[in-house]
Amino acid sequence: MFKWLHPYAKPETVYHLCGRLMPWLMGTALLLLLLGNIWGLAFTPPDYQQGDSYRIIHLHVPAAIMSMGTYSAMAIAAFIALVWQVKVAQWSVLAIAPIGAVYTAIALITGMAWGKPMWGTWWVWDARLTSELILLFLYLGVIALSGAFSDRQTGAKVASLLAVVGVINLPIIHFSVEWWNTLHQGASITKFAKPSIDPSMLWPLLISILAFKILMLALLCVRLRTAILVNEQHRPWVKAMAGD
Amino acid sequence: MQPRRQKRLFAILLVIGLLTGAVAAMLYALQQNIDLFYTPSQLVDGLGKDKVKPQVGQRLRIGGMVVAGSVKRDPESLKVSFDLVDTGPLVTVIYEGILPDLFREGQGIVAQGVLQDATTIKASEVLAKHDEEYMPPEVAEALKGIRHVPPSQQQPASGSY
Repeated sequence: MFKWLHPYAKPETVYHLCGRLMPWLMGTALLLLLLGNIWGLAFTPPDYQQGDSYRIIHLHVPAAIMSMGTYSAMAIAAFIALVWQVKVAQWSVLAIAPIGAVYTAIALITGMAWGKPMWGTWWVWDARLTSELILLFLYLGVIALSGAFSDRQTGAKVASLLAVVGVINLPIIHFSVEWWNTLHQGASITKFAKPSIDPSMLWPLLISILAFKILMLALLCVRLRTAILVNEQHRPWVKAMAGD
Repeated sequence: MQPRRQKRLFAILLVIGLLTGAVAAMLYALQQNIDLFYTPSQLVDGLGKDKVKPQVGQRLRIGGMVVAGSVKRDPESLKVSFDLVDTGPLVTVIYEGILPDLFREGQGIVAQGVLQDATTIKASEVLAKHDEEYMPPEVAEALKGIRHVPPSQQQPASGSY
């Protein structure tokens, strides 16, 4: 059933695939990022209550959504790496982790900058903020663990296990605003009901979310190519390529 | 599937399952402590199955809607008092200091302070809570009848304040 996937476990194929996809992904991501952010920051109407301060939503929400999306991608790669021991999946885990960590940091920092004028405080230990901070620590933990062993294989394996186990945090982050009383408001778009955000503000936001998603894939391609070259440097196909 | 892979698959699923159970049990046990604030009805009726009421003198947070017409300001100082409501009982908050920009009647707020008697809290910090609805001023006016005036165009309040 999954026979067609087998060539993609081969580092050489993935290296060339990433090389071909990368320029397209990067170009689309930058274009959408510019479009979404300029539209969102400059051309949307102000909010009826928060005025212009709400505009930080166009950075905060895409970063926050993709901090969780990136984590699920990392966890799936880690799961494949642990069960089927696919080398490319193993390297992907370590390639994705810093991207996700930066997204999480962006979400936390923009959230704090938003919280100060709107709520009146930079930080409050409510369930949403705390679980998102734990997500950042999970990313940092994966990065740190992978480098904490003298044997790189063992380090990668332990880091993958942490990545898989940390998935428990994702539903906690998402449902924290429903399960408990929090200062953070409820979900505006990631719910089944009609989005509680006006269409004039929603469209640039959706474009920004898509841009962050594609940017993650583009950065993954860049980092994965580097990881493949580093790990396969003594293989004939790398040597042949370097010899050209 | 190869037996070795199958073994690894089950081992990992078992680890995830056990940890999920452990975390769920932990969160269940800490249920009442994870809530950031009491609502007015929780404060008056008690919290959870055991109806635990907070003690007078206890530090806590209270969250609710500011009741329209209940905001009383002291003309000589920054002292202010207002009532909070969620579904039933009212709780009075006394505060001295600068209120956040979003503070207004009908707005959700979270106040941290000390419980003075059953329904009065002396707050040391008042935070505004905004909801998940975002809309332009014209839409809000049409939908909710809220007239938004930018701070630059606001008339200074007349009278003593």
